[in-house]
Amino acid sequence: MSEKSAARKKAGSINAKQYGMLIALIVIYLIFTLLSGGKNASPMNINNLFMQNSYVVILAVGMLLCVLTGNVDLSVGSVVAFTGAICAIFVLDLGMSIPLAFLLVLLSGVLIGMWQGVFIAYLRVPPFVVTLANMLIFRGLTLVVLNGQTKGPLPAGYVTIGAGYLPEINTYFLGRTKVEMLSVLAGLAGSLLAIFMEVRSQRKKSSYGFAVPPLWQTAAKLAIIIVIINFFTVKLALYNGLPVVLAIMLLLIVIYTFLTDNTVPGRQIYAVGGNANAARLSGIKTQRVMFWIYTSMGLMSALAGIVLSARNASATPKAGDGFELDAIAACYIGGAAALGGSGTIMGAVVGALIMGVLNNGMSLIGWSVDVQKVVKGLVLLGAVTVDLLSKKKNA
Amino acid sequence: MSDIILEMKNITKEFSGVKALDDVNLSVERGEVHALCGENGAGKSTLMNILSGIYPYGEYTGDILYNGTECRFRDIRESERRGIVIIHQELALSPYLSVAENVFLGNEITSAKGVIDWHKTHQRAAEILECVGLAEENISIPVSKLSIGRQQLVEIAKALAKKVELLILDEPTASLNDEDSQKLLHIILSLKDQGITCIMISHKLNELSSVADSITVIRDGKTIETLKKGIDEISEDRIIKGMVGRELTNRYPPRERKIGGVAFEVKNWSVRHPDDPERAVINNVSFHVNAGEVVGFAGLMGAGRTELAMSIFGRAYGCNISGSLKKDGKELRLRCVKDAIRNGIAYASEDRKGYGLVLINDIRWNMTLASLPFRFSRKSVINKNDEIVASEEFRKKLNIKANSVQQTVGALSGGNQQKVVLSKWIMTGPDLLILDEPTRGIDVGAKYEIYEIINELAKQGKAVIFISSEMPELLGVCDRIYVLNQGEIAGELSREEFSQETIMKMILAHARKERPAI
Repeated sequence: MSEKSAARKKAGSINAKQYGMLIALIVIYLIFTLLSGGKNASPMNINNLFMQNSYVVILAVGMLLCVLTGNVDLSVGSVVAFTGAICAIFVLDLGMSIPLAFLLVLLSGVLIGMWQGVFIAYLRVPPFVVTLANMLIFRGLTLVVLNGQTKGPLPAGYVTIGAGYLPEINTYFLGRTKVEMLSVLAGLAGSLLAIFMEVRSQRKKSSYGFAVPPLWQTAAKLAIIIVIINFFTVKLALYNGLPVVLAIMLLLIVIYTFLTDNTVPGRQIYAVGGNANAARLSGIKTQRVMFWIYTSMGLMSALAGIVLSARNASATPKAGDGFELDAIAACYIGGAAALGGSGTIMGAVVGALIMGVLNNGMSLIGWSVDVQKVVKGLVLLGAVTVDLLSKKKNA
Repeated sequence: MSDIILEMKNITKEFSGVKALDDVNLSVERGEVHALCGENGAGKSTLMNILSGIYPYGEYTGDILYNGTECRFRDIRESERRGIVIIHQELALSPYLSVAENVFLGNEITSAKGVIDWHKTHQRAAEILECVGLAEENISIPVSKLSIGRQQLVEIAKALAKKVELLILDEPTASLNDEDSQKLLHIILSLKDQGITCIMISHKLNELSSVADSITVIRDGKTIETLKKGIDEISEDRIIKGMVGRELTNRYPPRERKIGGVAFEVKNWSVRHPDDPERAVINNVSFHVNAGEVVGFAGLMGAGRTELAMSIFGRAYGCNISGSLKKDGKELRLRCVKDAIRNGIAYASEDRKGYGLVLINDIRWNMTLASLPFRFSRKSVINKNDEIVASEEFRKKLNIKANSVQQTVGALSGGNQQKVVLSKWIMTGPDLLILDEPTRGIDVGAKYEIYEIINELAKQGKAVIFISSEMPELLGVCDRIYVLNQGEIAGELSREEFSQETIMKMILAHARKERPAI
C-alpha cells in the first residue's frame, strides 16, 4: 500500500518537473500581460517574440546536446557572426545566388563544427578550452573578413528567411480585420496532428497491453495543447501570418526532439553525459558521439548566423555577441543538468522562451537593459538551484 | 606487563546493514611491527580507516584506547595530531609538486601568518629524507619523476614530518619489486629502532613472517587470532590456515554440469599499461573456456584480472595488446567494445556504479543500453514499447525489487543494481560472459540469487568467466580456476584440486620467483 502510493508520488514528481518550467513560462507570460496591460499579447508582439528569439531557440537546440554531455560551446556567438559575415560577402561581393550561398554557409558551419570536434573528441582538449579559443578565433576572423565594417543592405530574397513570412493565402477582411488564413489553417492542422499522434501512441501502447491513462487526462492534455497552438496561430493570423523563422524553429524542434528521444544516437548522447565510462563499456564510441555533437552545433550556429543577418538585413562584426551565454542559460533554465546526462529539447526551448518573454515583457513595461540582465541572471540562478535542491530531496 | 600503545576494543562497523567488522579486538605494543592479515574484504582496511578517523566516531561502535586515553576521532586530522598516520595503498602525493613540497604537503612549515618558509622546508625535508634512505635525492624535482618505490619512501617521509608515533601501512609493497620491497622493509625496521610503532597490512606473507613481531589475523570481519613471535609459530602455512580456515556451508546452489567443447580460447595475451607502454600489465597469458563452463579467476588485488578481462573485451583497457583470441576455433579481431558485443562477448564491470550503470536513468534505459543498436531499434529508431516489454520480463525473471522499470537505478540496492547490470548483458545475447566481482558489496541473499543466474547461464551452454576476490565463492561456483598473479597465470586448478590453501600457495610461490619488475 505505502509502496504503491510512494510510486505514484514519484511518478507525480517527475511529471511536475517536466511541466514545471512550462507552467513557469505561462505564469511569467501572464504576469507580464497584467503588468503591461495586455500589450505583450498583441498580435504584433507575439510576432516579435518569435522573431526576436528565433536564433536563441535555434542555438539552444544545438547547445542542449553539448550540455547533455556536461559541456558547453562558447564559440557559437562568434561563429554566428562569422557565418553571417561570409554569407553576406557571398551574396553581395561575389554575387552568388542566395540558395547557393546559404548552402555553402551551412556547409562551412558543419566544417567549423568538425574542426572543433577533432580537438574535443580525438585530441581530448577540454571543450571549454577549445570553444573558448574558437570564440576568439572566429570573432577575429569576422572582423578580418568584414574589415571591421557593417556589410549591407542585403537583398529582399535574403532578408525573407529572417524577417519574412510564409506565402499569404486567402487574405480577406472580416469587417476591418485582416486575417491570414494559412496561419489559421496551420493551427487547425497542428491540432489535428496532436490528436492523431496521441491516439496512435495510445493504440500502440494498448496493443502491447500497457495501461493507458484515463480518457479525461488525455482530453485535458490535448485541450491545453490545442488552446496554446491556436492562441498563437490566431494571433499571428491577425498580424502578417507565419514567420519563416517560426517554421524553421518548429522543424528543428521536431527533428531534434525525435533524435534525442527516439533514436540510438540520441540515447548514446545521454549515456555519454550520464556516465562516459559505462557508455564506453556498453559499446558506445564516446569520441564519435562528441564529434558529431559539436558538428551539429556548428551547423546550428551557421543557421542562426544566416537568420540573424537576414533579420538585420546586414552582417556586422559585433553580431551574435553573448549568444552562447543565452543558449547555455536556456538549457539550464529548461532543466538540463549542469553535470550532463539529463535534459530535453523541449526544456531548452521553453528555457529560451522564458528568457525571451522576460526580455520582451520588461522592455514593454519600460525596465532598462541593466535591470533586465540582473533579472535574467537571478532567474538562471534560481532555476538551477531549485532543480538541484529538488533532486537532492528525491535522492 | 608490556607497554600497550593502542587498544581497539569490540569494534563493530556496518555498511548499510552488512557487518564489515564484528566485535574486532586489536592490541598493539609500543615499538613493535604488528601485521594485519586477511583475505580481500576481511575488514583490514576498514579497521585501519576507523583508527585513522576516516570513518568518524559514531559510525562504528567500540572503543579506541591510544596511549591509555580514549580517542574519538572525527577526521584524519585529529588522529594525525595524536601521531597516528596512515599510508594508503594508492599514494597520496601530488605528482607535479617537488619532493620537498610533498614531504610537507598539508603540513607546511610556515613563518608568521601562513607564509611558507622555503628555506626551512628544504632543510627539514633533506633531514627527514635521509632517515628514509633518500639522502642523495634531489628534493626540488617533481615527485612523479621518482620510481614508485621511492615515492613510497617519500610517503613515509611525509609521515615522519608529521611526528608520527604510530605508522599504518596499507600494502606498502604491493606495487614494488623485490629489491624495493626489501629496502622498504629495512626502513620500517630502522623506524622501529627509533621507537616508532608500525601496523602493516600485507598479502606478502613471507615478508610479514620476517619483519613482524606479532600478527593478527582477521577473517570475515572478526579477529581470529594474534600470533606472537617467539611464542607462536609464525610460518606462512600457519598464517594461511588462520586466514582461510572456515567451513564451507551450503551457500552455493547446486548445478548440473554439462560442459561442452572449447568455446573461447586466448593465447599468449600480453597487455601494456595504457599510460606507461613500458609497463607490462598482462604477460603472455593463455587460457580457454568451454561452453557451459564457469571458469574462475583468482588472484590478489592488482593481479591483473580486471585488466585481462577488459583488454579481451574489445581492447577496453591497455595498449600494445598482442595475442590471439578464438571463438569456436575461429580467430576474432576485436577493435572496439562494439565489436566484442557483436561477437557475443559481455563484460560486467567490478565497479557497477562507475563503469556499469548510468545512475540517473531508469532500469529500462540501463538494461537496453548495450543491445539498443541491434535489438531494440530499426534504422536507428528505438522501439520503446519493445524495451519496456523486455525489461519488464527481466525484472520479473531476475526478481529485481523495484516498483517498475521506470525506477531510477541509483535508488536501487546494490544487489538489485547488479541484477540490472546482468540483465543488460544477458540482453546482448552473449556466448561468453565475463563477470567481474559480480557479488561485491551485496548481501548474502542477493549473492545466492546471482549464483543461480550464473548457473542458469551455464546451463544454457554459455561460457562464463567469474572473477572474484572471495575464494570460497570461486570454489563454490566454478568448474575450473585459473590463478593469476602479477599479470601471469600462476596455476590452474580443476574441481578436484580446489582448496583455498592451494590457491594461496600458488600465488605465494609465483610471487617468490617474481623477477624485479620491468
